Amino acid sequence: MNDKKVRSLVSILDLSTDEINSLMNVADDIEKNPDKYREKCKGKILSTIFYEPSTRTRLSFESAMLSLGGSVISTADSKSSSAAKGESVGDTVRVISNYADIIAMRHHKEGAPVVAAMKATVPIINAGDGGHFHPTQTLADLLTIRRSKGKLSGLTIGLCGDLMFGRTVHSLIEAMLRYPDNTYILIAPNELRLPEYMREALDKAGAKWEETPSLEYAMPKLDILYMTRVQKERFFNEEDYVRLKDTYILDEEKLKTAKSDLAILHPLPRVNEISVAVDDDPRAKYFYQTLCGKQMRMALIMLLLGIE
Amino acid sequence: MNIDGVSNGIVLDHIKAGKSMIVYDYLKLNKLDCCVAIIQNCQSPKFGRKDIVKIDELIDLDLDVLGYIDPHITVNYVKDGKLVRKKHLALPETLVNVIKCKNPRCITSTEQELPHVFKLVDPEKKTYRCEYCDVIGEVKELR
Repeated sequence: MNDKKVRSLVSILDLSTDEINSLMNVADDIEKNPDKYREKCKGKILSTIFYEPSTRTRLSFESAMLSLGGSVISTADSKSSSAAKGESVGDTVRVISNYADIIAMRHHKEGAPVVAAMKATVPIINAGDGGHFHPTQTLADLLTIRRSKGKLSGLTIGLCGDLMFGRTVHSLIEAMLRYPDNTYILIAPNELRLPEYMREALDKAGAKWEETPSLEYAMPKLDILYMTRVQKERFFNEEDYVRLKDTYILDEEKLKTAKSDLAILHPLPRVNEISVAVDDDPRAKYFYQTLCGKQMRMALIMLLLGIE
Repeated sequence: MNIDGVSNGIVLDHIKAGKSMIVYDYLKLNKLDCCVAIIQNCQSPKFGRKDIVKIDELIDLDLDVLGYIDPHITVNYVKDGKLVRKKHLALPETLVNVIKCKNPRCITSTEQELPHVFKLVDPEKKTYRCEYCDVIGEVKELR
């Protein structure tokens, strides 16, 4: 967390393990007793500033705030915002700090939320910055894993697809490294391997991990399969995107060798990397994951606003 | 070969032989009005050969830059012909506007007024990471 009174969430590392566990406990309580939380943020305003297209993340934040009894103000899209006129991130959040009690921001440039957290006088929540971090997705992922498996340790986790630009993958690894005895299988083509600094983080934490280009090889070993989309917007070169986008497609055939209690996660949106036929498989948790995400965002908003 | 001693100024000693011009460029010593002497390839009991830079004025040196490009350099401050302070350098924890983030996706690529801040993450490997986007910065290696 930043060294100032206002707490922001830029990276999942800004939260202690105890805080993450506590957020999951609150989310579980929200699931059981939603009425208890209906007025927790009454009179508080969330501003969502999204410089990059997003449907579910923005709506998830807004739904979370509304479910807590708060209000929401948001920019329609970055093309109509002051950023289009060349205003800096720092100036934008300084202004919005006067209008809202908390800001959720998505930006296409990596590190933009770091700048925002330095300049804002209200908490900033990073809702995704380029290919860098997406900590609230990670909170959703963690809760989904805990609710599916009953634990966050001793698991074999397969991360599949775009591990280079996939910010959700980076944040998830950072978070799961706090829990002991997990094994990571990194399933990606050579061009989309996990970045060096993340591989170093795995080594530094003493984690067991291996890389393979083969989803079939990894499948029987996995307790968790985290699928990701090869994202067009992360490529400078259309040719590279076209060549790599269909590298991994999860279908019923590939799932034949999977464990019966595998949990399949995906940050969504899906394009074609998970066949629609898999949706009805009880192991598919990716739609349930979005509910977990909303509940974790509710818990996070309360934490950052200092609401018990 | 003799070079006059500095009476009021700074002597940068133990620069790796042949690298004094890199130090000269990094510290922008060409912008100074005072006399600057570059002595290359002189004998050193410690390193065999070394370079020395003498600056004939007590200027404010960016020791972070110096520590980053070569932490083995010794900085000697001379006043009235006497050595008044000797400073051994170390790799700085933070670098501000010394190296530039090369990541085209980093916020610093579009917001020009932001300082380029790098944090030391591995002193052994001399690795610095961008404060904003976490990409590892390119390191100039003298040793």
